[in-house]
Amino acid sequence: MNPTVLISLFVFIAIIFIVGLWSSRNVNRKESTFLQEYFLGSRELGGFILAMTMVATYGSASSFLGGPGAAYTQGLGWVLLAMSQVATGYFVLLILGKKFAIMARRYDAITLTDFLRKRYNSKAVVILSAISIIIFLFSAMTAQWVGGAWLIESLTGLSYTSALFVFAIAVLIYVIIGGFRAVVITDTIQGVVMVVGTLIILVGTIIAGGGISNIMNDLVTENPNLITPFGHDGGLTPAYVSSFWILVGVGVVALPQVAVRAMSYKNAKAMHRSLIVGTIVVGFIMLGMHLIGVFARPILPGIEVADQVMPLITLEVLPPWLAGIVLAAPLAAIMSTVDSLLLLVSSAVVKDVYLNYVKPDATMRRVKQVSFGVTAVLGVLVFGLALSPPDLLIWLNLFAFGGLEAAFIWPLIFGLYWQRANKSGALASMVAGVASYILIHNFWPHPFGMHSVVLPVVLSFFAFVIGTYVTDRSRGKQQASF
Amino acid sequence: MENNKSWNANDRRFKIANREALIGVGLAIFNFIWWYSFAYGLGSKPVEEYTYVFGLPAWFFYSCVVGLLVVIILVIIIVKFFLVEVSFDDDDSDEKDGRGRP
Repeated sequence: MNPTVLISLFVFIAIIFIVGLWSSRNVNRKESTFLQEYFLGSRELGGFILAMTMVATYGSASSFLGGPGAAYTQGLGWVLLAMSQVATGYFVLLILGKKFAIMARRYDAITLTDFLRKRYNSKAVVILSAISIIIFLFSAMTAQWVGGAWLIESLTGLSYTSALFVFAIAVLIYVIIGGFRAVVITDTIQGVVMVVGTLIILVGTIIAGGGISNIMNDLVTENPNLITPFGHDGGLTPAYVSSFWILVGVGVVALPQVAVRAMSYKNAKAMHRSLIVGTIVVGFIMLGMHLIGVFARPILPGIEVADQVMPLITLEVLPPWLAGIVLAAPLAAIMSTVDSLLLLVSSAVVKDVYLNYVKPDATMRRVKQVSFGVTAVLGVLVFGLALSPPDLLIWLNLFAFGGLEAAFIWPLIFGLYWQRANKSGALASMVAGVASYILIHNFWPHPFGMHSVVLPVVLSFFAFVIGTYVTDRSRGKQQASF
Repeated sequence: MENNKSWNANDRRFKIANREALIGVGLAIFNFIWWYSFAYGLGSKPVEEYTYVFGLPAWFFYSCVVGLLVVIILVIIIVKFFLVEVSFDDDDSDEKDGRGRP
């Protein structure tokens, strides 16, 4: 294997360790607010860091490996589909926005479940949401680990098990020592690497392909469908592509890993700055990454495994030393996603379950030990699963996004903006959303030509409204305590 | 958790928040319409009739490239002229409530 690639990889991991150790000093110093600090970075994020951590958490492996691979196969139609994600850059912060920031502070909420617990005052809502988070995100995380190990394997030539081991050690030490603040700071570094990497590879690919017009001619010669909005075989219908606006566009507000970031910023100024930076960065990365996938096709025809398009085109169009640095970006993307998911699942266990129902009067010292312990145990569990990933986990990973959106979108939105929203509505909505999503996903994959997430989101909306009105009438006007 | 402030009516910050959420919905709808109409309006023709801008098919250029630039400009305009700075803490909200109205 090319030594240059190895050097940049290890330099990158070393930088991560240094940042983690450096930020961990904050965790030790602020003993009294350990939970706030470890899981939320004491709500002190500035605008630029907030934007980058949102983009990096969301962007992850899907945009750096899966996305360009799909664009390579499908052509410009997949880039069109991917551009639905630009909405996340502004939508999440404008919708949750100031209301969520104010309410989260008022409730002293650290997790999405915290917010729901205080808003609806219902044990059932808390348990249902903690279970959804633990199951869905745990599976999503395991699949990311498999992706990370696969990437290290292909970059270094290590065996899969050794690669997984290297990856696991790096992630675990980092998350355990650093907490949320360390994670968002590396997210920022990784976001910058992703932006610069995208730009360099895009320009390199266009030059290697002899200019955009030339590349388009080659694509038309091979298969004219590649430059239409309909995919290589005409299979991307407008209804299907549009439904991704729900799955990866506006629905992203309800993902716990995204929502938790929307309660972590310092002030309105940080939020405003993040809106601008986030929209520019997410738009540029999505457009650039996926265009690279399409442009790579005439240059490197016949790649069998679509996920390899990005590493291969990078090695093809850039000098080795530069390729080594740029390839740190996909690894960065996967690591930051894994870091934040790990933190989130452990906060669901410690904060939502342990502190609420097991030992509410735990001392700060005890909470700290449990937090580190749970994070470490979860890491080891994920490692064990990733050693030989069962098919179910891969399936659950694909499923996790839609499931979380169907569960949380209306309890969160109505909880913020509809005063009468009550716990019956929230419960009805979560049950209807998750149950219908599981059923539709398995038995009716593309209802009316749309992605399977669309109908459950609609159904859970009506379940919420009906659930709220029915109980509202029978019990009289509920006086909420907020 | 008892709080003296009622849900919406008395806290001016929540009116601001509601308005900004509606702006977000409006922007997303505009974004979607722009994206959809250029992509399928210009892209549904046979490939032989496609026109090209900077080497890219016109449908793609207007829908994705220009669309992105338009959205970025709109976000900047919204942030600079329509969003209001408020405090997030309950303690000093009264003190800061009076300022920053556009």
